[in-house]
Amino acid sequence: MSNIESVTQAEVPTAAGVPVSPDGGSEKPRSLTGDAWEDLRRNWIFWAAAVLVLLVVVMAFFPGLFTSADPKACALSRQHQGPSGSAFFGYNFQGCDVYARTIYGARNSVLIGLFATIIAGVIGLLVGMAAGYFGGWVDSLLARGVDIVLGIPTLLAAIVLARRLSADPQDSGFWAVVFTLGVLTWTTGARIMRSSVISAKSQDYVAAARMLGAGSGRLMFRHILPNAAAPFVVVLTILLGVNISTEATLTFLGVGLKGDEISWGVDISTAAPYVRETATPLVWPSVFLAMTVLAFIMLGDAIRDAFDPRLR
Amino acid sequence: MSQPSSNEVVLETRDLVKHFPITRGIVFQKKIGAVRAVDGVDLQLRRGETLGVVGESGCGKSTLAKLLVGLEKPSSGAINVRGQDMTRLSGGELRKARRNIQMVLQDPYTSLNPRMTVGDIIGEPFDIHPEVVPAGERKQRVRELLDLVGLNPEHINRYPHQFSGGQRQRIGIARALALRPEIIVCDEPVSALDVSIQAQVINLLERLQDELGLSYIFIAHDLSVVRHIADRVAVMYLGKVVEIGVEDEIYERPTHPYTQALLSAVPVPDPTLRGQRDQIVLEGDVPSPANPPSGCRFRTRCWKAQDVCATEEPALAPRDRSAHPSACHFAEVRDVVHAVE
Amino acid sequence: MTDIKAEIDVLPGLDSSARLLEVDGLHVEFRTQVGIAKAINGVDLHLDPGETLAILGESGCGKSVTAQAIMGILDSPPGFVTGGAIRYRGVDLLKLAEEQRRRVRANHIAMIFQDALSALNPVFPVGWQIGELFRVHRGTSRQEAKKRAVELLDLVKIPAAKQRINDYPHQFSGGMRQRVMIAMALALDPKVLIADEPTTALDVTVQAQIMNLLAELRRERNMGLILITHDMGVVADVADRISVMYAGKVVEEAPVLDIYARPAHPYTKALLESIPRLDLKGQQLNVIKGLPPNLTRIPAGCPFHPRCAYARDVCRADPPPQQYDVDPVRTARCHFWTEVVGDEPAVK
Repeated sequence: MSNIESVTQAEVPTAAGVPVSPDGGSEKPRSLTGDAWEDLRRNWIFWAAAVLVLLVVVMAFFPGLFTSADPKACALSRQHQGPSGSAFFGYNFQGCDVYARTIYGARNSVLIGLFATIIAGVIGLLVGMAAGYFGGWVDSLLARGVDIVLGIPTLLAAIVLARRLSADPQDSGFWAVVFTLGVLTWTTGARIMRSSVISAKSQDYVAAARMLGAGSGRLMFRHILPNAAAPFVVVLTILLGVNISTEATLTFLGVGLKGDEISWGVDISTAAPYVRETATPLVWPSVFLAMTVLAFIMLGDAIRDAFDPRLR
Repeated sequence: MSQPSSNEVVLETRDLVKHFPITRGIVFQKKIGAVRAVDGVDLQLRRGETLGVVGESGCGKSTLAKLLVGLEKPSSGAINVRGQDMTRLSGGELRKARRNIQMVLQDPYTSLNPRMTVGDIIGEPFDIHPEVVPAGERKQRVRELLDLVGLNPEHINRYPHQFSGGQRQRIGIARALALRPEIIVCDEPVSALDVSIQAQVINLLERLQDELGLSYIFIAHDLSVVRHIADRVAVMYLGKVVEIGVEDEIYERPTHPYTQALLSAVPVPDPTLRGQRDQIVLEGDVPSPANPPSGCRFRTRCWKAQDVCATEEPALAPRDRSAHPSACHFAEVRDVVHAVE
Repeated sequence: MTDIKAEIDVLPGLDSSARLLEVDGLHVEFRTQVGIAKAINGVDLHLDPGETLAILGESGCGKSVTAQAIMGILDSPPGFVTGGAIRYRGVDLLKLAEEQRRRVRANHIAMIFQDALSALNPVFPVGWQIGELFRVHRGTSRQEAKKRAVELLDLVKIPAAKQRINDYPHQFSGGMRQRVMIAMALALDPKVLIADEPTTALDVTVQAQIMNLLAELRRERNMGLILITHDMGVVADVADRISVMYAGKVVEEAPVLDIYARPAHPYTKALLESIPRLDLKGQQLNVIKGLPPNLTRIPAGCPFHPRCAYARDVCRADPPPQQYDVDPVRTARCHFWTEVVGDEPAVK
């Protein structure tokens, strides 16, 4: 009964050769990304977070869509006026429209978060990949570097750094904050990248490629990075939220954005002393900040779950 | 399967050694010992032949496989493929020589990159060695390879997780065949598969050998599978080959006590043989390869051991009572596979 | 010891004349995102004292799920027992409260697993882990528990047991760890021992040691042993009776000699013909075409029909209605079992 024909027929139950695919026989090719998307599509947390993130991003780039009021048109005569039809959230101490300022504040907050996270991401990616892939003394050296940066109290260092970087009173402080946050927050990403590179490096398919004679570049960028990137990307989405809120903290402490820049941090810090008189100028930027941070963190969480191969 | 194999030697190892240093300290490393994973192995592989390598975990058979395909660098010794010593080659020559010896890995679930399509996986050898197949013909070659291993060529754009374990192993075999090697090292190629799927893959390997004239080094812990597929068998213990010979000699007339113990422990799927076979139960565990016993390495578990075994290491050579090479001072045939009267 | 034991032994309805263990029409399903996987579809088993029953099958056939259902350690959700009964000496375990179930687990039915390292707690010495069973379930003193732990390690033939009780699990080799797990399983003197692939992760010489040990302990203690495995060689060596499972059903059940000499189900027959044998030279391997079915979409009719050499129209339409009685001690779930039994084996 055993012969070559039965081998070629093996595992091909029908003449058409439709394989028994473990996931239910759908015939179009599906990647892991495709599977993750299937998962995400049915996850309401993902949708809620995605809608919020989208809303904030649109707000950052096209604030005019949400309000026709000028956030810098302030009149002390309107100081601490309550909400009304023209100003949904009322007016603050300087008589500026709180709603308009909150909408316009999104731009600085989101952009600072984004740029700071990109800097942190690039540093983290390079350090993590080098440490994980090369190992040995490169790893030891970089690991000590990470430890040193981690050992620095972030907020304290940020205060010092941000103040030094924007000593010029004319400077808005935007890039100072971006740079400060970027160079202080890459460590988590680097650690995650290092450990996932190490685990991806020991996979059999990497050995298989090495056996074929593949060089370091191919191994790193074709085999290791695509399989190690998912947790790193998730850490970055979470970091984005954290950076937005740290910007607010720095500004609140007086070392972030300066002058007539608008951001949630600026508004929170200027409204804080008057919280007993009227809470709305403090509450609304805080709510937007909290919702944005939460949205990014939830998005990161949902994506991590969807890409986790252990759940497949 | 025992088709006639020629006498032409395609691969030969000479006193192959791999020691992994045991170190202490991270920055200032100090060598405090070595795991002697492979400790002087001489093997010959002939054209069209299957050489089975058996042994228990820690015997060095997987390290041997990695040495052969260049995943590890030997500490000393030579690997000659078609007259060239692989350990002395470098650069372009090494890349070219490597094409000739490929490997099929054990676990079909981890040996395929989950983010690449089957076409990319099987076509990767052509990316790395672009001189083998012109770019325009690669896709066609991949389709042919899929067909060769019994998979549907239309599935070239699918991802590994859409295939079953047995199908994935076929993909791994197709990748190993892409560069048209003469030698394939199979490291436990069926042990991760279900019983009913194992036979499919074994039969496929045998058919490919017949069609393409391949030589296999077949590494496995399952002695029944090795008997089925191998022409010759080498038995390893603690980094050394203790007995080697044609399949019939090793299974029907084993002369090394370790081989005998190993074979006697393998259950045979025939309940009428229960209690009828000569069973040798070994005491104790395998000693650490970092600190192997002096003389014969098996002596600490051997029922035949005498003083000479501790002082004098037995050579792997034919002996008075062993027609094939056996590394035992007291080598003697004992049938442990069949029922004894 | 005996009086404490007797007290714990009291289970409502326990009838020492009833069968030791009987599984009757068990159904288990897993409710997952991709659909309901019908893991067990009406499994019947029985076990007597001193007997070794082997449950044989490939991955996904439901053999481990059956064991988990008997032990009451099914992950739930997603796993749910949806029908049937599991009777231990006449007591339906599925109807017991969780607290009673737990007591049955410790005192009457015990289980050992394939992966002994992950089944033992890495941060406690093994002696302490064994002793804990006595302290918790028997209320013995620390001193007495330690003495018992040494006795048990002696029983499973761990050399220098007195010294080794203070060692941690990672300090033992694979075979020794499996012995420690057997010692823990036997600590409270169970009447049924379920061994789920106990030697799959071990080397062949160690496998022989462990199987010999299990057989010896079963004989001495007159325990019922359920051996779950995919290895037809191990089964031939130790089992009295075999239940072959496929797609959540027992497709054939027979004494060991009969099943190997004259299989009555095409799946059993094909499996036997597909494995290489140590003692045969130049053997032809038969190939079972196709794959085991996806449990969320088990084929209509007989679940084996897409892979079966004997399949005809009736197999595609109707599941074999019951286990046909091949003879007084054998059953097979195949419309054409008479043909299968009559056919010469392809091997030999």
